[in-house]
Amino acid sequence: MAVTTAAAPPRPSFLSRIAESRGLLSFGFMLPTVVLLLVFLTYPLGLGVWLGFTDARIGRPGVFIGLENYEYLWDDSVFWLSVFNTVLYTVSASILKFALGLWLALLLNENLPFKSFFRAVVLLPWVVPTVLSAIAFWWIYDSQFSIISWALKQMGLIDHNINFLGDPQNARASVIAANVWRGIPFVAITLLAGLQTIPQSLYEAATLDGAGRWQLFRYVTLPLLTPIIAITMTFSVLFTFTDFQLIYVLTRGGPVNATHLMATLSFQRGISGGQLGEGAAIAVAMIPFLLGAILLSYFGLQRRRWQQGGGD
Amino acid sequence: MRYTRRDVMRTSAGAAAAGAIGSRLLGTSAFAQDAPKYTPEKGAKLRLLRWSPFVQGDENAWLALTKKFTDSTGVEVRVDKESWEDIRPKAAVAANVGSGPDLMFVWFDDPFQYPEKLLDVTDLGDYLGKKYGGWHEGPKSYATKDGKFIGLPLATIGNAIVYRESWVKEAGFSEFPKDTNSFLELCKAVQAKGHPAGFTHGHGVGDGNNYAHWLLWSHGGKMVDENSKVVINSPETLKAIEYAQALYKTFIPGTESWLDVNNNRAFLAGELSVIANGISAYETARINKDNDPKLAEMAKDIRTASLPIGPIGKAVELYQVTSAVIFNYTPYPNAAKAYLQFMFEEPQMSEWIKGSSGYCCQTLKAYDDNPIWKADPNYAPYAKASATLRNNGYAGPLGYASAATMADYVLVDMFAKAVTGRATPQEAMEEAEKRANRYYRV
Repeated sequence: MAVTTAAAPPRPSFLSRIAESRGLLSFGFMLPTVVLLLVFLTYPLGLGVWLGFTDARIGRPGVFIGLENYEYLWDDSVFWLSVFNTVLYTVSASILKFALGLWLALLLNENLPFKSFFRAVVLLPWVVPTVLSAIAFWWIYDSQFSIISWALKQMGLIDHNINFLGDPQNARASVIAANVWRGIPFVAITLLAGLQTIPQSLYEAATLDGAGRWQLFRYVTLPLLTPIIAITMTFSVLFTFTDFQLIYVLTRGGPVNATHLMATLSFQRGISGGQLGEGAAIAVAMIPFLLGAILLSYFGLQRRRWQQGGGD
Repeated sequence: MRYTRRDVMRTSAGAAAAGAIGSRLLGTSAFAQDAPKYTPEKGAKLRLLRWSPFVQGDENAWLALTKKFTDSTGVEVRVDKESWEDIRPKAAVAANVGSGPDLMFVWFDDPFQYPEKLLDVTDLGDYLGKKYGGWHEGPKSYATKDGKFIGLPLATIGNAIVYRESWVKEAGFSEFPKDTNSFLELCKAVQAKGHPAGFTHGHGVGDGNNYAHWLLWSHGGKMVDENSKVVINSPETLKAIEYAQALYKTFIPGTESWLDVNNNRAFLAGELSVIANGISAYETARINKDNDPKLAEMAKDIRTASLPIGPIGKAVELYQVTSAVIFNYTPYPNAAKAYLQFMFEEPQMSEWIKGSSGYCCQTLKAYDDNPIWKADPNYAPYAKASATLRNNGYAGPLGYASAATMADYVLVDMFAKAVTGRATPQEAMEEAEKRANRYYRV
């Protein structure tokens, strides 16, 4: 067998060495992202946290006052009411969005006639700008012109209009319902995408093993869908927790602050009221809750052992 | 040279005639000898951000007059508009970042939130005051700090009772009550006839605050005293709350959820007999854009009246006050001053007040006799808005604390909580006191 020796390759140029250096090249590719994150994420977040420690007001930079803003908030009943409202709003809306969204996703995953049409229609509430849908709900919940009250009155079920946004409990339920309506499509469509990645063969195998509809869902669909659920619900919780537009249009936080969320209170105090420092402190106070939600999702829901039904 | 009001009116007639000949002469000829002269910077372009008009005539007149200014000076002015509730945050951001519109129409105590970011227009303010019979004190106080003008008081948006005459008569009242006690009787009577009254107890920036302040002040209560000490927890406030509770029982249900537009909407739909509002509620019916015969009929039945006077025996109200400010970051301060000077002079200001059909009440006394106030009897209650205006945060000074207390709806919530039974009057007062103290920092 003949052996041929190849000639030594020419020495690479400086530029081509850079182009071939994995480290430098990766750094170059990452640089735009790093800059974007620093400028548009780290800086505003850092500035927000800093403002929370100052007595900054609109038009005045403010000086460092340590934890004073937080001490004031600690004694502020409206702030604690907004924390309660936010947690209630997020938990109730997220549970409802998950249950209804999953249900919708399972329905849309079946072989329905006009499947594509229905999938497109389902997305509508998500596609419509929040402010527009909020204005629609504003009419639906109007104390004098509500279509729900009108319809129920026509049917003879009630004899006076429902006070949707005037009574604290009704107002909370109403804003949660509006948020659920708006948020379901996101959950449904994302979970639908997840459902479609589950191989049909698994269902067939399980069916051959004698699994019923519920067992198919419990032992095939749900475990394989959990990673998607974790991501979807993390986003859903984050969107809900930081909701602003819906409340701002529907109630401005009323009646008597019963629907004030931390985000709307932060805006009211920081911008409308001019107390930038305090507004920033309220916004910063949202961070632990948000971090908690993210941590739960990433370290909890995504753990294989949990997904497979095991404990720690 | 000092001008009396008569001089001004006489000259305005002349200037109006001159307007027919050529707009170039306006605002520069008649008073040229007295007026401060601002020569616009070379290539100056201005951007004004104003609140969206509530009556279209206001915007039409302002734009037409701005065009006259551009024609006579060559300074292009772009007029942008935003919903009135968005003005405060927009102005705050512009002041904070030092960039944005050159001029702005702002609300209430806004100029006091960032006075050092605003161009000192004392020369212009003093000149206009001297020339036009002086400024009305209320609006002036919203635009002056330590004796200096940090803006020009532009207008007071009056608030008055708007009611259906036939329904009030049907309830047994030949004329609208002038005091709070008979007003309560009227509200009971119209409720009994199925045409209740409705006043905003929700977070309506304008209507909610106007109503709450009227309730408080008409009974002698106040948020703070002259030394900014919070004194809301007082026997006078208690009386005001008790009165509000009695009144609330006569209202259409749901007023605690109302924002600014709800009362207009329900009134124009024929659900209410009495509301408090700017002239816009009546104007919508009068102009009747869609030629709705029902609305035309309603317009004939609508009357307006001043809000009833309470135990203190005089009319005192909050109203909405708007000032024109120039940010000191503008590269064209002279052009901006020249623009404001032009707009505040005769005949421009008169034309604008007329165009806004009673919505914008004059801040300079010489314009008190504007023919618009006599053009329709329904405009008359709005004519005195600037004269009966009382400052937000009375009897303390304007500033961060007064602005923040109002923005946080402390007073609105106090009444809403008590009237809906979620707190006793005493508890509501104590909570309001605590919340106000957070801003007045005890």
